[in-house]
Amino acid sequence: MEIKPPVPQVPVPIWKNIKDLQEWEERHQRRPETGDKHSSFFEQATEGIHSFPGGFALTTVADGFFNWARKSSVWPVSFGLACCAIEMMATFASRFDVERLGMVPWASPRHSDLMIVSGTVTIKMAPMLERIYDQMPDPKWVVSMGSCANSGGPFRHGYHVVKGVDRVVPVDVYVPGCPPPPESLLNGLLLLQDQISHFRRTGARAAPTPKVD
Amino acid sequence: MTAERARELLATVPGVTVAPTPSPIVVQVATEQWRDVARYARETLGCTFFSFLTAIDWKTDGLEIVAWVDNLDAKLSVELRTRLSGLGADQPTCPSIVPIYRGANWMERECFDMFGVQFVDHPDLRRILLGDDWQGHPLLKSYAVDTPHPPYR
Repeated sequence: MEIKPPVPQVPVPIWKNIKDLQEWEERHQRRPETGDKHSSFFEQATEGIHSFPGGFALTTVADGFFNWARKSSVWPVSFGLACCAIEMMATFASRFDVERLGMVPWASPRHSDLMIVSGTVTIKMAPMLERIYDQMPDPKWVVSMGSCANSGGPFRHGYHVVKGVDRVVPVDVYVPGCPPPPESLLNGLLLLQDQISHFRRTGARAAPTPKVD
Repeated sequence: MTAERARELLATVPGVTVAPTPSPIVVQVATEQWRDVARYARETLGCTFFSFLTAIDWKTDGLEIVAWVDNLDAKLSVELRTRLSGLGADQPTCPSIVPIYRGANWMERECFDMFGVQFVDHPDLRRILLGDDWQGHPLLKSYAVDTPHPPYR
């Protein structure tokens, strides 16, 4: 009896030929990486102190202090889009209680530092989401919560769904899950705090600390 | 009013075919008789509760409008169906039943939004769910789901 090698039925997909990924790449190349805005006076003053002999110690300490302050009072906008918002509310409530991490859900984007995009972003909602993001003062962060906000999720091939909120605003932390349980979101928020503590004045977004096991 | 009596009455109306299925009473109506049959269902059969109105895209056979009305006292349900003509035309037309059932107002707007059916004599026919700048009618079978919608798709 002759044994034939198995013939692959489906051709192996080539990573670069997947249309959705091409779209994603294109979208990310088109969006300018603007970084975070600072006042030019503040920047010049900091440069001056930094170039002064021994001044680097002061700026480094100041950076560390500001980052500590930023990460200890991240105020998210209370902005719920879909069913993920239920888990987000559970995270804000007494059992998981993110208030002990300094996070107070605040009902105004003008006082907030963080937007948790919790749910499906439709094409009709995307301009409003962009507007809320623009109303937030710099520096600001975005957590994409759940499959829908990450990539469109189960509704990705619908006619009205934005395929990932990173096509609308820059995202710092992606939390997977459908919906993510409060523990997942809490983990995401802790990762974000880790990112913020490594925030630098360079304009580029900081990478989180590599985890060493 | 019983289901048997309703069937007998509906069979006498011109332009109406009653399907031999059990409840609900499925009624195929000519498009010209659409409003007359709706008024007949409301006034004679006592179906005062308007449940829903939607459309089905049968591709080459055109669009079909489906409306469901109930007589809650007699536990009587009537499903009205009409096949729209004008195959290949961009905007098939149908008489509006808003003068008879006020609840049909938003349903017909949604039907226009999703299928592009023009309801004649509708008081306020414009998009209800999608944005005003939307191009096309997405629940039609001929609509491609990856139709570009800048800047988001």
